[in-house]
Amino acid sequence: MTELPSINGAASGPAYDYDRLVFEDRVHRVLYTDPRIFDAEMTRIFGAVWVYLGHESQIPQVNDFVTTRLGRRPIILVRDSDGVLRALYNRCTHRGSTVCRETRGSAKSFQCGYHGWTFLNSGKLNGVPWPDGYADNFSDEKFNLAQVPRVDSYRGFVFGTLNLDAPALVDYLGGVAGPLDEWLDRHPGGKVALCEANRLKFKGNWKLLYDNSADGYHVVFSHRSLLAMENRFEPDSDKGMAFYRSSPDSAPMYVRCFANGHHFKDKRPNVEDRPGALWDIEGPHPGMEHFEASLRQRLGDRADRALDLASSEPVNINVFPNLHILGNHVQVSTPVAVDETDTTWYGTAVVDDDGALEGTVDAINALRMRTQESFPNFGEVDDLANFEQIQVGFLAEEDEWVYMHRGLGIPGRLKVDDEGAITGPPTDEVFMREHMKVWKRLMTAEPRIAITRTV
Amino acid sequence: MDAPDPSTSSYYVSDDFYAGLVDEFSGWQTPERAISDAALRESCARFLALEARLLDQDRFDDWLALFAPECVYWVPGTRDGDPRREIAIAFDDRRRLEDRIFRLNTGEAWSQRPGSRTTRMVSNIELFSTGDPEIVMARSNFLTVEFRAGATRIWAGWAGHRLRDATTHWRILVKQVNLIDYDQNLRNPSIVL
Ligand code: FES
Ligand SMILES: [Fe+2]
Repeated sequence: MTELPSINGAASGPAYDYDRLVFEDRVHRVLYTDPRIFDAEMTRIFGAVWVYLGHESQIPQVNDFVTTRLGRRPIILVRDSDGVLRALYNRCTHRGSTVCRETRGSAKSFQCGYHGWTFLNSGKLNGVPWPDGYADNFSDEKFNLAQVPRVDSYRGFVFGTLNLDAPALVDYLGGVAGPLDEWLDRHPGGKVALCEANRLKFKGNWKLLYDNSADGYHVVFSHRSLLAMENRFEPDSDKGMAFYRSSPDSAPMYVRCFANGHHFKDKRPNVEDRPGALWDIEGPHPGMEHFEASLRQRLGDRADRALDLASSEPVNINVFPNLHILGNHVQVSTPVAVDETDTTWYGTAVVDDDGALEGTVDAINALRMRTQESFPNFGEVDDLANFEQIQVGFLAEEDEWVYMHRGLGIPGRLKVDDEGAITGPPTDEVFMREHMKVWKRLMTAEPRIAITRTV
Repeated sequence: MDAPDPSTSSYYVSDDFYAGLVDEFSGWQTPERAISDAALRESCARFLALEARLLDQDRFDDWLALFAPECVYWVPGTRDGDPRREIAIAFDDRRRLEDRIFRLNTGEAWSQRPGSRTTRMVSNIELFSTGDPEIVMARSNFLTVEFRAGATRIWAGWAGHRLRDATTHWRILVKQVNLIDYDQNLRNPSIVL
């Protein structure tokens, strides 16, 4: 383990007094615009907490890998030849080139394209061309690929952290593991498999996406066109997100905030608790009538549960700083620059190892792929366009504040349970106030950052 | 019984339909199937130019009318994948295509406010036969220049059109749009491609 020198210095960021940038009710625009703050976040946020790196279903076999990023760091997430999950730095220890240019695949070793140094998929240096030209014998582990010192998986979701003092992953997740468990457990075997993705990008700061992730306030405005579209055949019907339509705070849904900046918008209470209720509120999707008829014919009254598996689960589960479980999607956001963010909406497929679905899993997935395409196509594009407009608005330098005070100071609006989770109405901005507190704490702390080369 | 209306229900997107689609869109650009009939090629080129022009002119309803009732607009997110097992960038049946146009026409789709202006170049058109004399496959390259919100950018790739009634009255059964950057994170992919 190589503990790195204190991040004071290059990565410590500008000498801002964060007490003057983050208040209970508002934050300063420079959080979203100053590249020096962004650079500091890459260490103090993305280096200091558990960051989602990928899903085990993307690398099911020994030697499988996918390339990913931890903040901006290029990473190879690999299941090495011994089956160990590792997050290797995709950076040659000779002069720094990446050693893997593929996005996924299977490899026992990676060879750098520049001078041909070769590394096993454990990260260990395996050979250099014409070694007799070196006085070293290369037994020093300093020539192994760097790797994220702590990698752990929670029920298939793989995270990594550089912070030696970070709590165990399960403790970092804390209360948000509950909704994650429920989301998984609605599927046979308590699992899903990631499949292809709607890959999107916006010219805006990564926090704009996190600030929106449990926001129930924007829906009827930002997604007006989608709400109209989902109900175009019967304008008063209750398809899709119609439960936002009148006064969202009078609906039974809620937002719950957990420690460490995680939050959960639970829309399930808006939907009747019975098989088939989720399917009943799905808007139109390709193949819907055909597959419903065929599933009903094959499964009889068990078809409702199958159809619910093709339906979107009405939850937003947000794991700070970069993972969002939304409907059936695993949405990952990745900062690119202070004003550019990638957001990738992986689809998920139902897996039926035990035959619980009586041979209908392919039909369910055929439907589920189409239900998942709807929101990225007809909703998320509008969110991202709105985030870009915020980034434009931030050019107004003298107009400094971003307000997040909806609900603040109204007695009795929020409830705190024994574990400290805060529950409020779905349009409340308490979730943003909570993750901004975490952001400020992290930006003013000195994480003990390390990499390892020990194999 | 009347056939169900694909604008209001989706019975035709079935397992068999998907299987046929995957089959029709694999390995179709072969020398044996190439069509050299000049009149047919000219007619098809005119049709593809019309399609591009209607989109450039924001005449979305007229563009929709170029499609057969049971149709697909498909922008794959992979090469040679199966839409039953994968998410596509877009996979619209008739009803969803009408949804897409309905949404754009609301004027409240923020990703299209301001709306994009486009100029589409369609070229390198090649025709291929199918097992059905009424149906041909057309491959064309496209270059779509999009101007929106002060910036100009390019979408590029090739399209595969599965077309019916080739000689008199072209109709699109399937339009598959293959972006060169299909596997990348795309900024605001809200125009019709
Ligand atoms: S930079 Fe990799 S071998 Fe030289
Ligand atoms: Fe939204």
